[in-house]
Amino acid sequence: MSGNSTYTPSNGFTRWMDSRLPIIRLGHDTAVSYPVPKNLNYWWTFGGILTFMLVVQIITGVVLAMHYVPTTALAFASVEHIMRDVNYGWVLRYTHANGASMFFVAVYIHMFRGLYYGSYKAPREILWILGCLIYLLMMATAFFGYVLPWGQMSFWGATVITNLFGAIPFVGQSVATWLWGGFAIGDPTLNRFFSLHYLFPFLIFGVVVLHIWALHVSGQNNPVGVEVKNKDQDTVPFTPYATVKDAFGLSVFLILFAYFVFFAPNSLGDVENYTIAHPLKTPLHIVPEWYLLPFYAILRAVPSKLGGVILMFGSIAVLFILPWLDTSKVRSARFRPLFKQIFWLHLAVCIALGWCGGMMPDHVLFSVGSIDFTVTYFARILSFYYFFHFLVLFPLLGLIERPKPVPESIAASVLGGRAAPAKA
Amino acid sequence: MADIHAAEPTRRDFLYVATGAFAAIGAAAAVWPLIDQMNPDASVLAMASIELDIGSVPLGQEITVKWRGKPVFVRHRTEEEIKEADAVDITELRDPQTDDARLMKGPDGKLEKEWLILIGICTHLGCVPLAYKGEYDGYFCPCHGSVYDTSGRIRKGPAPLNLAVPPYEFLSATKIKIG
Repeated sequence: MSGNSTYTPSNGFTRWMDSRLPIIRLGHDTAVSYPVPKNLNYWWTFGGILTFMLVVQIITGVVLAMHYVPTTALAFASVEHIMRDVNYGWVLRYTHANGASMFFVAVYIHMFRGLYYGSYKAPREILWILGCLIYLLMMATAFFGYVLPWGQMSFWGATVITNLFGAIPFVGQSVATWLWGGFAIGDPTLNRFFSLHYLFPFLIFGVVVLHIWALHVSGQNNPVGVEVKNKDQDTVPFTPYATVKDAFGLSVFLILFAYFVFFAPNSLGDVENYTIAHPLKTPLHIVPEWYLLPFYAILRAVPSKLGGVILMFGSIAVLFILPWLDTSKVRSARFRPLFKQIFWLHLAVCIALGWCGGMMPDHVLFSVGSIDFTVTYFARILSFYYFFHFLVLFPLLGLIERPKPVPESIAASVLGGRAAPAKA
Repeated sequence: MADIHAAEPTRRDFLYVATGAFAAIGAAAAVWPLIDQMNPDASVLAMASIELDIGSVPLGQEITVKWRGKPVFVRHRTEEEIKEADAVDITELRDPQTDDARLMKGPDGKLEKEWLILIGICTHLGCVPLAYKGEYDGYFCPCHGSVYDTSGRIRKGPAPLNLAVPPYEFLSATKIKIG
């Protein structure tokens, strides 16, 4: 997509094409000759896995939309119709539903990979921000999609999330009414969520194109976090090296995906969603899907409605400014002993927040005397650390930490002492 | 184009600004229908009020009816519940309101202390609270733990406001009209 093209058209047709629409050149430069750092590990295969998952979700989604009916009277029944009557409907729906979860598994690994190896730092700030934007769009898409089966969790999840906008001062209630198209979640809401659920994946697709474009301008980061200095010594061509490695990583990932689709298709969902939506009866315990639980925990940890909403959105907003919060010049956690420790601590905090999000808020963890230490208190400590990590530790660590010596080049790190000195 | 940026505004400058402004207003006017179509439509707004016979609700019990797609609680309060609601020092409340201010007068002009009519939607994030649960004998929201008293006022938990009172009136001693 950028940089110097090495493509040479080999025959009359490709020469003719190349001077009119150089699309073969684009494909060659992007997926064949594109130089990738030779030290990439398997954590770098998740970009390809995510692209594949986006395509899977779009294809299964388009097909499911041929059978689904977005009205409150028929939505739940039409999903059961897909499961029982439509040819292979069950496998299409289970693939789509579990595919959403797998998509998030992959995106979380991809994001934490970026955090560990400092992939968000200059010159990859825009690349990182586009990624955050994709993540945000993914969450919106998943939310709209979860409403469509019109089960109890669909209805009450939608109620809770749309009411978040009601916390906006002055205009909140009008915004909520505008989102619903009524005075509560109803037919107009379901119909527009279906429309938006169909639209958003294509927005994601558009941002993915920009994301890959930005990637191919700055080049990939790599496990040692040292920029490519010599193309011949530090890189290998995308095809066959990265293509085959990505294909292997994808195959292993698909085994996990297939396990869920065929052996545990409902294990990641909530049984409550197999009960048709009842607008007058709230389930005893409302929980979002697992991939949104950490944010739900932050929302519930704050004893103020507006405050909770601000912190929840803030926990995602802070990711956007990460490139400017990190003051360290060293990218990879391999050479940052203190950063490495807080990285794992932060990962543990995120998982613990997820656990809190799935528990009853007043569940007592332990008691000291007459004081009960509930899930809410635990979530408050974790939420505090989440922000402390990014807003305080990120800027501070770069100033006080003494990084280990960083290798001279990618080639030197791969070959140890045997590397020929890089001719820059 | 000799001198567009002269110190003195020219006729041409005026035309540029006027054309730009006209185009901006035109674009805004074209966008508005695209935004406003999402607001409640005529059929939703036309949903009428409902009339309800409350004579069948026994003392100390509550029914839930649906009005404009929302649950409405109709609670026949006991002497004890009314006392409890009256005894509260309103300066301690998050959303200060007396019990009397949340009730309506009957056809005889007297305040109907026994009847509490509420929109059954938690003011936190819109769940339906459970009646006769929670430490204030009123309502408890299972989603995020807000607790309301026997007047539907917020006492504990994350909700900012009291449960809303819908517009209603007594048509007779046992009949109300909501909306």
